[in-house]
Amino acid sequence: MSIATRDVYGKVLVELSENSRIVVLDADLAKATKTIEFKKACPERFFDMGISEQDMMGTAAGFATCGKIPFASTFAIFAAGRAFEQIRNSIAYPNLNVKIAATHAGLTVGEDGGSHQAIEDISLMRSIPNMTVINPSDGKETEEVIKAAVQYYGPVYIRLGRAATPDLHGAGYQFNWGKGEVLREGKDVSIIATGIMVAKALEAASKLQEEGIVATVINMHTIKPIDKLLILETARLTGKIVTVEEHSVIGGLGSAVCEVLSQEYPTKVAMVGVKDRFGTSGKPDDLLKQYGLTTNDIIAAVKSIK
Amino acid sequence: MEIDELKKLVQSIRIKIIEMLAAAGSGHPGGSLSMVDILTVLYFEKMNVRPDLPKWKDRDRFVLSKGHAAPGLYSVLAERGYFSKEELVNLRKIDAMLQGHPDMKRIPGIDMSTGSLGQGLSVANGMALAAKLDKKSYRVYAIVGDGELQEGQIWEAAMSSAHYHLDNLTLIVDNNGLQIDGTNAEVMNVDPIGDKFKAFGWHVLEIDGHDFVQIRAAIELAKNLTCKPTAIIAKTVKGKGVSFMENQVGWHGSAPNQKQKEEAIAELEGSVTQ
Repeated sequence: MSIATRDVYGKVLVELSENSRIVVLDADLAKATKTIEFKKACPERFFDMGISEQDMMGTAAGFATCGKIPFASTFAIFAAGRAFEQIRNSIAYPNLNVKIAATHAGLTVGEDGGSHQAIEDISLMRSIPNMTVINPSDGKETEEVIKAAVQYYGPVYIRLGRAATPDLHGAGYQFNWGKGEVLREGKDVSIIATGIMVAKALEAASKLQEEGIVATVINMHTIKPIDKLLILETARLTGKIVTVEEHSVIGGLGSAVCEVLSQEYPTKVAMVGVKDRFGTSGKPDDLLKQYGLTTNDIIAAVKSIK
Repeated sequence: MEIDELKKLVQSIRIKIIEMLAAAGSGHPGGSLSMVDILTVLYFEKMNVRPDLPKWKDRDRFVLSKGHAAPGLYSVLAERGYFSKEELVNLRKIDAMLQGHPDMKRIPGIDMSTGSLGQGLSVANGMALAAKLDKKSYRVYAIVGDGELQEGQIWEAAMSSAHYHLDNLTLIVDNNGLQIDGTNAEVMNVDPIGDKFKAFGWHVLEIDGHDFVQIRAAIELAKNLTCKPTAIIAKTVKGKGVSFMENQVGWHGSAPNQKQKEEAIAELEGSVTQ
């Protein structure tokens, strides 16, 4: 089974609609972000702000000052990119309880091309004080993240994708805020992945095992605050780290992991991610191949660390 | 309050603005002095607030979108009893409660952190929408600068306020005609401001922003206008009350030195007794 994380977002919002503090804002993308589901269930608490992401973030901030829990939704490129400074100054600086659900993140937006493929959003969002950054790996995890974000006070950036991702978690999955999830244990290398790349990291680990290389695989869903203890523990165990993300290698998960390691336990790291280039139009799988984000690229990265 | 009493109050607030800016050695006198008559009427006569309970849920909200005019707002809040007037001289000092721009996390009575221009009206819209949703009767007030109208987000927000029929929102434009690089007309023309808001679906009232009778009447009228938000375009004088600062571009963002401070205060004290 597989589902796109944005599809789950719409469904969970409907489930949560009984909580009258929740309001949902969108910027003319309700059908794409799936907030349309909430609009159908709860029209009085749904606000289409039109094509004006900056205004949407400010309005969400205003709602939050009055005790609401606003979910502001748009594509990642417009949330983290266009409305960066509104998020910084009107949401994070006053530490307001706004949840930013950024869909269509990364290359797998596909045919819309480079203008719409946010590969810098994790970097931008994690540089802001007070901000939590979460990149769920599958449908179930997305559901749990959205629910946990409602329970948590403070700004949260939730990165969601357009493409369907395989189910990695069962019905009983318990999401631990800020704690990486160890999906596989091995002593030869640690693969730390996030978002849709977690499934590929698991595939890579299975293939590596056939060659006698036993890898630890970590689902680093929470990129900020990063799970420092787990990174150090796994680095001490394996001495080799590969980070995997559908994001630029500048400022994303790879950088966050290196920030921890370089200061506390210098360890060789290979990064799988977008290498300082813009995206292009194409089918998601073709793009992942062209930009070096396949299972084979992960395997090659593992082998590159001597 | 009698008009004479109000005049005395505003002059003492103006003196505080000069004193705190001189103590800080930096900050924005021009736009603080231009809006302070309006702000005083709001906080002392028109807004339903409780300085003893700054976060009271049913209070009227205020957003200073032109956040650099913080000294004006801080002086009014201190005078209204939100915090000690002694705090004012710590403006802009390290770790001070009174930050260079309004910070809601530190300062009692500040409903929104602002400073980056163009963002306050969107926030005010969110507050007004929340009031409607919760069927609360509180009103939301916001002050923007006229130069600030050059920010695109203002017009995104202006569209929104009208679209959602936010008649519980009053926006005041502090129309002093000047900005850092020169007059609005030279830098980037914003006129006709009233026509722009009308075209965006707002009620528009145009007043003299230093005439207490007009300020009171406009704020009161806006409370009773329905279906649309109201913009009060208040014609003001930048640096109002201190003749060497009035209508001078250079006094947008520089603090008076000791001599200028004394001169300004002498003039302001004189104007109270007249």
